[in-house]
Amino acid sequence: MESNSTDAMSPDAASGERNVVEHGTKRVKTGLAEMLKGGVIMDVVTAEQATIAQEAGAVAVMALERVPADIRKHGGVARMADPNKVEEIMEAVSIPVMAKSRIGHFVEAQVLQSLGVDYIDESEVLSPADMQHHIDKWAFTTPFVCGARNLGEALRRIGEGAAMIRTKGEPGTGNVVEAVTHMRQMTADISRVSTMTDDLLMAAARDLGAPIDLLRDIADTGRLPVVNFAAGGIATPADAALMMQLGCDGVFVGSGIFKSGDPAVRARAIVEATTFHRDPQIIAKVSSNLGEPMVGIDIDEIPESQRMQERGW
Amino acid sequence: MTSSAPRVGVLALQGDFREHLAAVAELGAEGSEVRVPHDLETVDALIIPGGESTTIGRLATLYGMIEPLRKHIEHGMPTLGTCAGMIFLASSVTDGDQPLIGALAASVERNAFGRQNESFEIDLDVEGLDDPVKAVFIRAPLIEKVGDAVEVLASYRGRPVFVRQANVMATSFHPELTQDRRIHQMLLDSVEVG
Repeated sequence: MESNSTDAMSPDAASGERNVVEHGTKRVKTGLAEMLKGGVIMDVVTAEQATIAQEAGAVAVMALERVPADIRKHGGVARMADPNKVEEIMEAVSIPVMAKSRIGHFVEAQVLQSLGVDYIDESEVLSPADMQHHIDKWAFTTPFVCGARNLGEALRRIGEGAAMIRTKGEPGTGNVVEAVTHMRQMTADISRVSTMTDDLLMAAARDLGAPIDLLRDIADTGRLPVVNFAAGGIATPADAALMMQLGCDGVFVGSGIFKSGDPAVRARAIVEATTFHRDPQIIAKVSSNLGEPMVGIDIDEIPESQRMQERGW
Repeated sequence: MTSSAPRVGVLALQGDFREHLAAVAELGAEGSEVRVPHDLETVDALIIPGGESTTIGRLATLYGMIEPLRKHIEHGMPTLGTCAGMIFLASSVTDGDQPLIGALAASVERNAFGRQNESFEIDLDVEGLDDPVKAVFIRAPLIEKVGDAVEVLASYRGRPVFVRQANVMATSFHPELTQDRRIHQMLLDSVEVG
């Protein structure tokens, strides 16, 4: 904890001391996610892809050994990327670099923090390392993003210290349906909670499996206390704009870019569609002549036991 | 809201423009999102938010925003840039080559403190404000060199982190991420309400 110079939950300068430099505070962690809003975070597996992503206008890249579609195809245990690969990607670009650890694998997260990645994704795309526990994210200076399918899951992750949430969707499918389902569920949950009177909140906390303090916060503000991106199956500019219009703060595109026919052109198009997500004329223009999208998978073709969204709780 | 409330446009190509809109609304101004040139025609002041400066620069170039932004700022529109906004306003960056407005005579070093683990917050003394502001620095830029016309309002470790040049103000940090509205008030104070 030596690098967290204050408790991440502590109020502003409670000590009254002046000119104390505070690293890894809640505000510093959630603040980087705020800066990524309205942007596209792209999965990359090489330094060259990272450069293409940056030139296309990505706000950050996710450094990976394999994109989710290949992880799905390859099978076996999927782990944190080779540190050398992560460092190569960090060297190649000036935008933030994220990397994935397995759910519950706090040592992979310690390694990623020591490499200096800007965000750690505790991700269901990799094979879970702990079936009972997610990582205690308060113990880190590096902020975390975690997947969620509904409000309860999002608040459990935030309770563990996640500074950013994304929908789980169904990674590596190029099929947006699950991301839409999760985003709609989240919005419905938030809207229900924000109309609740105080006497109803504890029962809701029990039903959602959510920390009561965070639920009170939702009832007050009507929104998640951290940024919420869309992820898991976004493959086209229209998919990205759909998720933005459904209320997401930004999008992750995994396999959708570098598994398509012309990654640079598609990457640029998705960036523009995300910014101008309410302008169908611009979305039409950028969607033209994009080449082949990644081949999608129907969700019913994936047996429940192989759905990545079922990993974690 | 009366019709005399200052109208503040926030560049909304990417980044934390929502926080700036909330900040100016709290102060009684009328905020609006600016994405294309004609959005600039109806505003009295401008904010360029935090975000990813390469992304904002690329989209601004693509949608023909650089020249209109430059023109409005040169004609005296009160402007505040925070973090990526400071970079975008600067006349040069020390590394790389990215689209810039160039309204602020300053050379800016991007990610000057390093990566996210080096991001921090601190109480910062600001020229003209009685109490320090809580300054949140996130992968923040620092100003390397400033021109003669640039007034330094706050420094950290001897480097300028809050500067003003006529109608343009820029911070390395993010006043929009705190509840302290004094820096946004400084922007509104410089708008002449007609």
